[in-house]
Amino acid sequence: MHELSIAMSIVDLAEEYAAKEEAQRVLEMEIEVGELSGVVTEALDFAMEEAVAGTLCEKARWKIIPIPGEVRCRACGHVFPSDSLFSDCPRCGQAGVELVRGNEMRLRSILVE
Amino acid sequence: MCDTCGCGSEDEEVILRKPGKEGEHFHLEGEDHLHHHGEDLGQSHHHHHEAREIVVEQNVLSRNDLLAERNRGYFEARGVTAFNLVSSPGAGKTSLLEQTIRDLKEEKKFFVIEGDQQTMHDAERIDATGVPVIQINTGNGCHLDARMIHTAVKEMDIPEGAVLMIENVGNLVCPSLFDLGEHKRVVVISVPEGDDKPVKYPTMFRSSHLCIINKTDLLPYVDFDLEKVREYARQVNPEIEILELSVKTGEGMDRWYQWLRENS
Repeated sequence: MHELSIAMSIVDLAEEYAAKEEAQRVLEMEIEVGELSGVVTEALDFAMEEAVAGTLCEKARWKIIPIPGEVRCRACGHVFPSDSLFSDCPRCGQAGVELVRGNEMRLRSILVE
Repeated sequence: MCDTCGCGSEDEEVILRKPGKEGEHFHLEGEDHLHHHGEDLGQSHHHHHEAREIVVEQNVLSRNDLLAERNRGYFEARGVTAFNLVSSPGAGKTSLLEQTIRDLKEEKKFFVIEGDQQTMHDAERIDATGVPVIQINTGNGCHLDARMIHTAVKEMDIPEGAVLMIENVGNLVCPSLFDLGEHKRVVVISVPEGDDKPVKYPTMFRSSHLCIINKTDLLPYVDFDLEKVREYARQVNPEIEILELSVKTGEGMDRWYQWLRENS
């Protein structure tokens, strides 16, 4: 359940930015989660409910935006969409890829008042 | 209820202790997530009532990463080498550490941080080898983070040239995302666990520098294809180094010691 630590980090970050703007509360949070980041979206959703309690984000809604995975074949350099780090290259058939996109775990923006 | 500081349920809080001094435990430094740090802000004189968007664009774990970098800087300034040992529960991290310390303690100054959800068991085993150790009990937490290491290290006063061994909570998922400020991450897997660990937990293998395959003495009794593990591990991380050993029989321990000498 590292999703709880991640949820608490999201709330901390949102509070930090809200406080800088002297906002009274956070209304919305947009969170980007990559498909290959090792974070389970459902678990994060659940953990967020815990993490917002007693914070400026208590009444906030959040939106988790999935970032699709993309990998590059180490053999031929072909870049292709994939939800796994163990995929064979559709072009040359070789195994072994490196991550291009989908490792994100970012707070994109917040709406405050 | 803790009788030293009156803190609440021990199960839920992170507590750091030294063997033999269990009464003198201490907590994490700095702000606590559980405190309601939003309350003071409500008294701000500038009330803006209209909703407005703030673009954040920050990595969620940026605070941990920042603290990890601070730890790394502290280690480098003191010439301390830190290793983060990760594995599933029961792969043999503590046994590997005990044996390593017994064999090399004349050569290296070892300091150990033990991470577990509960108990002092591992710290007591390390304490018996005679080197300084701090136990971090994470309560419900499934991994160590940079702040816990920061707090523990301050309590240890690690001298120049020492080796800090951090044994993470047994778990191949969560610890992979949390940089502690270590120089090298060592993932330990053991023969009875099966040869598909790198496929099941790619994030951990991707972020590790060395993979130790422990309990090779059990190879004759289980279906475990060493070549397959090597292939899987290198698919996800072509730079990963791989060592096979058995803490029990001592086979392969020389190569691990050689690696330690080269990397500390």
